[in-house]
Amino acid sequence: MWDYSDKVKEHFFNPKNAGAVVDANATGEVGSISCGDALRLTLKVDDNSEIILEAGFQTFGCGSAIASSSVLTEIIKGMTLDEALKVTNQDIADQLEGLPPEKMHCSVMGREALQAAIANYRGEEWKDDHEEGALICKCFAIDAVMIEEMVWANKLRTVEDVTNFTKAGGGCAACHEDIEAILEKVLAEKGEKFDPGAAPVSKPVEKIAAVKTPLTNLQRIKKIEQVLESLRSSLMADGGDVELVEVVGNTAYVNMTGACNGCQMAAMTIAGIQQRLMEVMGEFIKVVPASEMAKLVNIEVA
Amino acid sequence: MADIYLDNNATTKVDPAVVDVMIPYFLEQYGNPSSIHKFADGVARGLKQARQQVQALIGCEHDSEIIFTSCGTESNSTAILSAIKAQPDKKEIITTVVEHPAILNLCSYLEKEGYTIHRLPVDRAGRLKLDAYQRLLSDQVAIVSVMWANNETGTIFPVAEMAEMANAAGVMFHTDAVQAVGKIPMMLQDTKIDMLSLSGHKLHAPKGIGVLYLRRGTRYRPLLRGGHQERGRRAGTENSASIVGLGKACELALEFIEYENTKVKAMRDRLEQGITEQIPHCFVTGDMYNRLPNTTDIAFEYIEGESILMLLNKAGIAASSGSACTSGSLEPSHVMRAMDIPYTAAHGTIRFSFSRYNTMAEVDKVVEAMPGIVATLRKLSPYWSGDGPVANPEQAFAPTYS
Ligand SMILES: Cc1ncc(COP(=O)(O)O)c(C=O)c1O
Ligand code: FES
Repeated sequence: MWDYSDKVKEHFFNPKNAGAVVDANATGEVGSISCGDALRLTLKVDDNSEIILEAGFQTFGCGSAIASSSVLTEIIKGMTLDEALKVTNQDIADQLEGLPPEKMHCSVMGREALQAAIANYRGEEWKDDHEEGALICKCFAIDAVMIEEMVWANKLRTVEDVTNFTKAGGGCAACHEDIEAILEKVLAEKGEKFDPGAAPVSKPVEKIAAVKTPLTNLQRIKKIEQVLESLRSSLMADGGDVELVEVVGNTAYVNMTGACNGCQMAAMTIAGIQQRLMEVMGEFIKVVPASEMAKLVNIEVA
Repeated sequence: MADIYLDNNATTKVDPAVVDVMIPYFLEQYGNPSSIHKFADGVARGLKQARQQVQALIGCEHDSEIIFTSCGTESNSTAILSAIKAQPDKKEIITTVVEHPAILNLCSYLEKEGYTIHRLPVDRAGRLKLDAYQRLLSDQVAIVSVMWANNETGTIFPVAEMAEMANAAGVMFHTDAVQAVGKIPMMLQDTKIDMLSLSGHKLHAPKGIGVLYLRRGTRYRPLLRGGHQERGRRAGTENSASIVGLGKACELALEFIEYENTKVKAMRDRLEQGITEQIPHCFVTGDMYNRLPNTTDIAFEYIEGESILMLLNKAGIAASSGSACTSGSLEPSHVMRAMDIPYTAAHGTIRFSFSRYNTMAEVDKVVEAMPGIVATLRKLSPYWSGDGPVANPEQAFAPTYS
């Protein structure tokens, strides 16, 4: 069986807030019985303060789906809707002391149900843009849909390309056969043939000449912008974007938006951006989410 | 009460009598069976005896038709790859949609290499249609591979009849009998089955030992070439301790085969009846009238299998599930999909599989535990309300989701 953390087991065996909230004024429903996971989240929201007073869940799903739903209701109770919207699936997974990669989608389902419920409260329409495929790379929790999209968007041709753009295949390498199968399929759709010996598509950053001499702050900012620009296409293929907010010394503050914001890949994406920046700039660069800027800048200034 | 093990189709406890006969092959007779000294002089005899014990259980004509392998999967791969290597002009394979991945994934791989794979469908009770099969048999077919019994539902397939049909059309026939051997009587010499796979760990022998039965005269190409072991048909120093253990396990299985089909079957039937009588909205999957005596697979509607297993585990009961979540895929078991079991039930299937080590007292305990477990999860389910499913579950809960 799965190696579930004690926290997952705790929430599974003694779920909190199970059942529908009686006088709920917000409902979010995601998943479906055909994929074996479905969640209905009901909230009672205070109309003046927009504070979530009560939250209840009904879940059809496995142990981690039930645990994710339970922990989600605990996290959001007492939050305002705006605060709740900032809850990421990683927050849910963290509260559960981690989930196996195959089960990360359970936490994604929790976040989506929350978004759907808030949209329902506000009278907006919530559209799910998130499609899920079979899990290909267990080391980095990357599914077939994501790899296929990246292969299409960036004209990838080899396993190495896929690893450079998605990280899939960059760990134990056991998924390389499956990645080759995806390449074969997509390339065939494009009328090309998969050739394992093909020259790799250059990494986006390699188009930018590496810097040798020490940089002035203005040069540094320009260079960082340039690198981020080059990464944007792959981020956007994933439904996200990145914006440079401020540079203080060797620290770059960025805003991750769209699917990247809070997606399970956000932390990894930030690490990836930092890695590429350092490769190009030839100096240490720290990439920090802009949400942490205020306190950090104050310290710098002080 | 000690924990209850009802997952014997996944693997079994090694019989203590099997362990006893194995120990000397680790500590005393550990010589290489090919060597000429006293550390090895009993090994050849041990292997010979094991071959005869396997022969007796499956009822084949010669003990030299037994090839020891490392597992059921290896036996399956060897059989299919041998058939296509030996008959390079034949580019079709017939199998079923409900085979074990050990067959299905190999076939999908061969499909990419240019083979045509015919996967026979099953009906809602998991049964095959033999007229469709008859039409597919031709001189283009390299091999037919059909499991003797299905691992999830226990449904038994008419392999003897299908082997006759293949033989009449001049086509080789293999059966994956990993779940059937030791549970139902067989007499291979009275059939036209050319190859058969079995696996030790399903019949109280250790894991990592298997057999490929190869009818004398069947054209064959080894998977592993090298030393002269197994008459050159499977190279590699013999796993002597496990082979001897498997021999003993086969001897015991033969002794207990009547017990399996009476006492073990009675336990299975009582469990099945106890559960389906008490719990609404659950049903038995597969061919109820043509099943292994030790297996029942029950679908509990509107709840999910992994959650059931976790609560069972907490109650000290081990079983398994065809749910998507236990395997990490998004689809429920291919066997449930093949039988067109609705999604509302396919994700909530639980397989209970018995062995001669189980008792009626255990059955009663499981029958007592199940209703509470199912009720607990249904209380959480968005598809359930009060004491019945919500009206029109698929419509009532129609989320914005692909
Ligand atoms: C029908 C069937 N075939 C093959 C296998 C694989 O056997 P082994 O684990 O010995 O490779 C199994 C066991 O899971 C099985 O149930
Ligand atoms: S599974 Fe992809 S690198 Fe390990």
